[in-house]
Amino acid sequence: MREVRVRDLVVRFGDREVLDGVRLDARPGELVSVIGPSGCGKSTLFNVLAGLVEPAAGSVLVDGAPASGSTFAYMPQKDLLFPWRTVLDNAALGLEVGGLGKRAARERAAPLFEPFGLAGFENARPSELSGGMRQRAALLRTVVQARDVLLLDEPFGALDSLTRTSMQEWLEVMRARYGWTVLLITHDIREAVFLSDRVVVLGPRPATVRRVVEIDLPRPREVRMLATPTAAALEAELLAVLREPVTAPPSRAAID
Amino acid sequence: MSVRLSTPAVRRPAAPEPPRDAATPSRGRLRRVLPALVVVAVLVAAWQWAVTAFAVRPQVLPSPLRVVEQGWLFRDALWTNTVPTLQVTAVGFAVSLAVAWVLAVVVDFSPWLRQALLPLLVASQTIPIIAIAPLLIIWFGFGLLPKVVVIALVTFFPVAIGLIEGFSSVEREATNLVRSMGAGRWREFRYLRLPAAMPSFFTSLRIGITYAVTGAVFAEYVGARAGLGIFMNLQKNSFRTDLVLAAVIITAVISVALFGLTYAVQRLVMPWYAAERRRA
Repeated sequence: MREVRVRDLVVRFGDREVLDGVRLDARPGELVSVIGPSGCGKSTLFNVLAGLVEPAAGSVLVDGAPASGSTFAYMPQKDLLFPWRTVLDNAALGLEVGGLGKRAARERAAPLFEPFGLAGFENARPSELSGGMRQRAALLRTVVQARDVLLLDEPFGALDSLTRTSMQEWLEVMRARYGWTVLLITHDIREAVFLSDRVVVLGPRPATVRRVVEIDLPRPREVRMLATPTAAALEAELLAVLREPVTAPPSRAAID
Repeated sequence: MSVRLSTPAVRRPAAPEPPRDAATPSRGRLRRVLPALVVVAVLVAAWQWAVTAFAVRPQVLPSPLRVVEQGWLFRDALWTNTVPTLQVTAVGFAVSLAVAWVLAVVVDFSPWLRQALLPLLVASQTIPIIAIAPLLIIWFGFGLLPKVVVIALVTFFPVAIGLIEGFSSVEREATNLVRSMGAGRWREFRYLRLPAAMPSFFTSLRIGITYAVTGAVFAEYVGARAGLGIFMNLQKNSFRTDLVLAAVIITAVISVALFGLTYAVQRLVMPWYAAERRRA
């Protein structure tokens, strides 16, 4: 478990600026959500952390030192379970790609099937799983890599709302049990309030941090807490920040 | 029939094994080939009827009965000419597969070579084989080599294109996923691009393999010591249309058999695919 500090991250694609000085902190065992309008660069932020995109400026520090390629375990929006692999082999993919032998990788992934509610499906094909199970298998594939921080990019975005709620509760339990440090991208304000210690609100592209909102709800979280005045006020605040109009147009846009 | 009551209740709610009932698939297969068999039977019957009704001379068009009769009578000659054709087809298609794989992998790893080679591959398909085949005989003689070249030239292209497009059919997000796991270009290929290309490969393999036998027969037709191609050429020259057609039937049977063989290999290489299709 490590402490993550993202400082003044700038990303450009050609002359298009996507991130304009994003900063973010996560202490060990925390869950920090990133919300923002569609296309604002949330996924780009995660791509930088996962080592897929080189930032033009800024730093990603883990315990004060620059992050290595194996700090973050990345779970993309789509589950991306490979149809040619069994569920167990999909779960073990990250370990195999990381250089572990097939058998050793399987042995490391198999014990997690019970806690992830996938016991008995080790040799099934991904297409035999329900939507929620597929997301749990994708999360298992992420977790089993034993990296310091999990990057979850809208993990429940494609699920129906009932399944989504139960997956959120499940994630809350699992996170508490295993002590994961999690960065979570979401579109869902309720999800952010329910799961997070802190919510980072990004503005439209080029993204800057508009506000960081601390979520002071007791842990473990329960769905009924969302009905409390505190939670309602937090949701309202997040929504208000998200909907704030762009006040001063960024100077770079004025040049074009 | 006894039920094993001692079987422990496994907690496995909704994932049945893919059905492995032996009777159902073979009956299903029969039902699938039945329409084709009916059509063939009707066409053959019509042919037989027309030949007798209009008293067509056998040199022009023999009846199907005569083709089978004479084919059976000359079965030794047909067989001794079938074997070399099979050999040439096997060697030629093997070479073709090897060339296609090497090209496709090279092109997949190097964008520069992709730009350099793809136009050449397309250009290779504009070569009029009918004109170049006799030249190949002049250059390489009556042995295996000119035939292998013809078969490879005819069949490598669909296979190579199928592979190249299969490799690059991979989603951007999937590439990002394996990259985030620490994969370099080679592991990205091994764990993602290669298995993802298999469905496309088998489709193109089926296109390629149906051309392979025809390619072999064509190459032999131009010049060979033995083989169905040269057999057809000789029989045509002595007006044995019935024997030409008997040889044609053999090439058709070989082609269909090879086509079917690709499905068997596919089931071995990617057993997941059939189940996936059934569910989709």
